[in-house]
Amino acid sequence: MSAAKQLPVLDTSVAPSAARKVGDLKPDLLLTQEHNMCPGCGEPLVLRSFLEALSELDVAQRSIGILGVGCYTSFGMTMDVDLVQALHGRAPSIATGVKRMRPDSIVFTLQGDGDMVNEGLQEVLHTAARGENVTCILLNNGVFGETGGHMTATTVLGQRTKNSLEGRDAAYHGYPILIGDLLARLEGAAYVARGSVHNAGAVARTKKMLKRAFEIQRDGGGFTFVEVLTMCPTGWFIPTGEGPDYMHSTLGEVHVMGELKADGRIKSTEELHEENAKRQQEIEARLAAGGLEEDS
Amino acid sequence: MTTTIKSRGTIKSRGTITIDLDTCKGCELCITACPPRVLSMTEHAVNRLGYHYPELHPGCTGCAACLFVCPDFCFEVFRYDEPVLTVIETVAEVAQ
Repeated sequence: MSAAKQLPVLDTSVAPSAARKVGDLKPDLLLTQEHNMCPGCGEPLVLRSFLEALSELDVAQRSIGILGVGCYTSFGMTMDVDLVQALHGRAPSIATGVKRMRPDSIVFTLQGDGDMVNEGLQEVLHTAARGENVTCILLNNGVFGETGGHMTATTVLGQRTKNSLEGRDAAYHGYPILIGDLLARLEGAAYVARGSVHNAGAVARTKKMLKRAFEIQRDGGGFTFVEVLTMCPTGWFIPTGEGPDYMHSTLGEVHVMGELKADGRIKSTEELHEENAKRQQEIEARLAAGGLEEDS
Repeated sequence: MTTTIKSRGTIKSRGTITIDLDTCKGCELCITACPPRVLSMTEHAVNRLGYHYPELHPGCTGCAACLFVCPDFCFEVFRYDEPVLTVIETVAEVAQ
């Protein structure tokens, strides 16, 4: 970093004339890029991913989103998608009703871990068991961010939150619920995936998962579920810059990233760990061979 | 006695970015995400919201990693058809 600081600073206020644009400021479905999230929050990254996925599939005009209660609820003010506001935890049931009345629409829910796993666990389980043709998106950060950062059912053992300052203790607080693994076991769930936003590659992979989930719903495949691990540096008492690494080493070790259920095959945590290690080796090999040349 | 050492080199930029400073909340996620490490936070300057913001140095590859990880949607990424060269001249005084 010190070497970079001695280099001249380039002008980044105006777009260059002789260059092609490869990345947009914000997704087209977002009216403004301003939002009320804290610095270092991971939720806007998921917002960008699923809005871009909806645009790319060209289904934005017939999408209906159901918002749970949490920090992300304020995205409803800037998203150019039809929305319904649900009671705390009840989004999957409302999604069921919307989808049954309007079978042509693409129905998705946006919920946090406190909303889905604490308040409304039975709603999402029953929706998955019935095999409703909806997509549920879970933003999992292990804390109730909106109401002050206390522990949720997905908080991993040892994690510090406002009411587990010494870290979550299994003897006193119990064990975390791995909602993805739980839903993958249900017959009605067609696609269950767990993404993360701890680096650029993970965000790109999460977007592919979201896109695949919407595709399966569009083709009438059944219940699809995408869980995304997001950073909440405010709730975790850590500096914003350390959020991604902290998340990957604590939450990411328990809630392992990958496609838990796809094409009728359920993958175990060990398999996902192996897959991720292999993927990491490939990326490192490509970096060593001369950099990643990825087209966004 | 001191000796003055001059060195001259060029840095190739294959891409560039624009930064919307006014929406940046200074979370520093882009700094660690940038593979060529060409972003750094300002030390003193702050934006409209009172946060430090990132600055771009020569050497950008246009990979869009900053755009992928920015929660405040500050970046637009561009790629040059022909790489842009920036001449760097450093002058150092070395005591002998």
